[in-house]
Amino acid sequence: MTLLAFVILLTAVTVGYVMNLRAARAIRDGGTRMHSLESFHGGYAALMTLVPTFFLIVIWMLFQGTVIELIVKSGISGQFEGLGTGEAQLVMAEIRSIAGGRIFGTPEQWKLDAAERLVALRGLSGWLLVAATAALATVMLYVSRRTVSSEFRARQGVERIVHGLMVGCATVAIFVTIGIVASLLFETFRFFQMVPFWDFVLGTNWEPQIPIREDQVAAEGAFGMLPVFLGTLVIAFVAMVIATPIGLLSAIYLHEFASNRIRGVVKPVLEVLAGVPTVVYGFFAILVIAPAIRSFGADLGLPIASNTALAAGSVMGIMLIPFISSFADDALGAVPRSLRDGSLAVGATQAETMLKVLFPAAIPGIVGGILLAISRAIGETMIVVMAAGLIARMTINPLDSVTTVTVQIVTLLIGDTAFDSPKTLAAFALGMVLFLMTLCINILALRIVRKYREIYD
Amino acid sequence: MTDQTNNTGFDWTTPSFQSHMKRRRRSQLQLKLLGLGAIAIAFMMLMLLITSLISTGYHAFTQTHLKIEVFLDPEHLDPAKPARGNYRQILTDTMKTQFPDVPDDRAELRKLTSILSNGAQFQIRDRVVENPGLIGETVQFDVPVADTYDQLNKGLIDPDTPEEYRRLKNDEIANFELLKDRGLVTEPLNTALLTNADSRFPELAGLKGALVGSFYALLTCFLLSFPLGIGAAIYLEEFAPRNRVSDLIEININNLAAVPSVVFGLLALAVFLGWFGMPRSAPFVGGMTLALMTLPTIIIATRAALKAVPPSIREAALAVGASRQQVVFGHVLPLAMPGILTGTIIGLAQALGETAPLLLIGMNAFITSAPSTPFDSATALPTQIFIWADSPERGFVSRTSAAILVLLTFLIMMNAVAIFLRQKFERKW
Repeated sequence: MTLLAFVILLTAVTVGYVMNLRAARAIRDGGTRMHSLESFHGGYAALMTLVPTFFLIVIWMLFQGTVIELIVKSGISGQFEGLGTGEAQLVMAEIRSIAGGRIFGTPEQWKLDAAERLVALRGLSGWLLVAATAALATVMLYVSRRTVSSEFRARQGVERIVHGLMVGCATVAIFVTIGIVASLLFETFRFFQMVPFWDFVLGTNWEPQIPIREDQVAAEGAFGMLPVFLGTLVIAFVAMVIATPIGLLSAIYLHEFASNRIRGVVKPVLEVLAGVPTVVYGFFAILVIAPAIRSFGADLGLPIASNTALAAGSVMGIMLIPFISSFADDALGAVPRSLRDGSLAVGATQAETMLKVLFPAAIPGIVGGILLAISRAIGETMIVVMAAGLIARMTINPLDSVTTVTVQIVTLLIGDTAFDSPKTLAAFALGMVLFLMTLCINILALRIVRKYREIYD
Repeated sequence: MTDQTNNTGFDWTTPSFQSHMKRRRRSQLQLKLLGLGAIAIAFMMLMLLITSLISTGYHAFTQTHLKIEVFLDPEHLDPAKPARGNYRQILTDTMKTQFPDVPDDRAELRKLTSILSNGAQFQIRDRVVENPGLIGETVQFDVPVADTYDQLNKGLIDPDTPEEYRRLKNDEIANFELLKDRGLVTEPLNTALLTNADSRFPELAGLKGALVGSFYALLTCFLLSFPLGIGAAIYLEEFAPRNRVSDLIEININNLAAVPSVVFGLLALAVFLGWFGMPRSAPFVGGMTLALMTLPTIIIATRAALKAVPPSIREAALAVGASRQQVVFGHVLPLAMPGILTGTIIGLAQALGETAPLLLIGMNAFITSAPSTPFDSATALPTQIFIWADSPERGFVSRTSAAILVLLTFLIMMNAVAIFLRQKFERKW
């Protein structure tokens, strides 16, 4: 049905274009001077039909499922009395699968009736959509056909619509941010209705698996985010300890000492490192790095946990090397040439010029890059999901197994998710923490970078 | 000139100055070597990554098969209902004819049939269902062997390790060696890796479902983010007045580019699945989520490409009477298109490797058939890698590496196209 609606839309758009084009051409051939080119008259009709009808179809598709299920549900509301949200969802899922033709066992009669109703309503909605599309398209065709005349400013009309569409595109970015903030805020708010705010922020015990049954109250302090937060910092710290020196030194070498040929080889290698998906790094961590670290620790007699923070952290460090290196390279490149020439002219060696002149001048840009790398390390998910631990501990020992905010979000939400258990909502609260943390770091980093640019421009 | 040098009165040859210079040169050398060392470490890590993937992954590109002569016994097969036959028994009988010496004991027979993959019976069933006339005849089949025997054949199980630490016992190895000596064991290219969907059994598991799922997700992502991104970029670069609103939009886009990907997963879970009731695990929803993440990349790339078109083009078009939109859509945009396409492909390559948001909307489900529409449940390539990396069976280690190699191949191809576009069509003004 949706396909048919789109076909109708496409036909109407074509018809509108050709119809107005022909009408405008007839006027012009009659000897009247037109304000706009004929193609703009055609385009005006096409856009006038396309935009409202397209939005009608999209909005219809977005909401028809929800509305239909609400109607079906209200018809059998008696059956839902005394059911929890999870059970109600299960019943609806069963009705849906019956409607889809997959019947397991012998469902009650009211479920069969509801499924029948669901099917009927879906068919009705499909036909209504087609009818609405056809009606709206016809109206819009009629309205736009009436506009064709020698004085009508069709070009301005077209440009107004296109301009509006472009503004719409640009505001999508804002809507995405609003969507992120709204969804996180909404679910986090519901979470804090179940778990006190301060227990979450200052609690030192993270055991989200405790509240399993509906009637069970979350144990005191089971949702304390501090150990999770600490684990994130431990892993990010390990990553930065590896990535910062290697990234900075390679940027210094590339910028000051490398010949063009070496640069031509090394830059693509770093780009490849940057382009490897994080799930690949995660597998690399469990396949190569973690066993290597463990056997190395066994040789030294150190007790190293099987999913030590060191493995996840160091692989994350490898991932961040190209990130820091390219930021530092840009920052060094932005230092005016006169500083470098002046330093070399008074007899400083290249190393002295680099360490005492260029590097200090580039520090703000480099710090901005390092901050962005930290924000990435905190938000990085797949490496830690695969290579870090699941159990939160209050420890800063990188040999231990720790867990991170992102690991907890993913493990809490994998599998079936009922939207009313604190276990699920805790993931959104953690997401809120993660979002705020990375947002602050990003804004700080961008501000430092921008401030530094102003000095030399 | 010589006089001047002498006039400074500085003696360049004193031992103290010589040692001072030596120290300075040494620190110069040190910095250089440190830099080289850092680059060498990065290089080595990339090499280690690639070699470890290839050395574990290449095993999965072949699959051990066994040639067997199967007598399609009418006793176990009903020509009217060929799909309902007792194919396990037929396979047991087949293996019994291969090993006439083995006693007619249930445990021993089960050991023999366990050489064959669990999928063998379905392979035979499909053939019989297709052609019921075969019942009563002896037909040759080429079936995959079970994962443990596959590993034995590839040398991943060492027969020299003590028996109690081995997953195959001595008699099982002896049986397999017997089949090998008869020339029944082959190791052809593993086409099932690309033509099968996921499976619990490593020897049957393939990437088809993940490839199709990733394709649908990327298609959705492209169809949404490409027009939206270009529209937004053109507006911001060419039309937007410099005011607070457009500043706000710009800051917004820069921030979105740095939001952790898992947060986009939370957004998709709460809004797309929770509020709009879209289906779980659907590539369509995955594509929508990826589109939100790709949007900033495309906007930033498009703005850079538009900026690179020189103002003289715009001025010339304006001078002959084009409107501002005619200038942009008729002249600037076509000239910026190669840059825009390059940026879009790089953005899509990032989206192809993205895992975390897809996990949150359930694209890590276990699904044994490829999706036929973007609204069916499916996995994607990176989530399939995650599932296999999590699986306990040894056979999945090499499958995971192989899947990663497939994913990296796609990424390299996409980037190669981007580089090609850039070099072929990019203009220097």
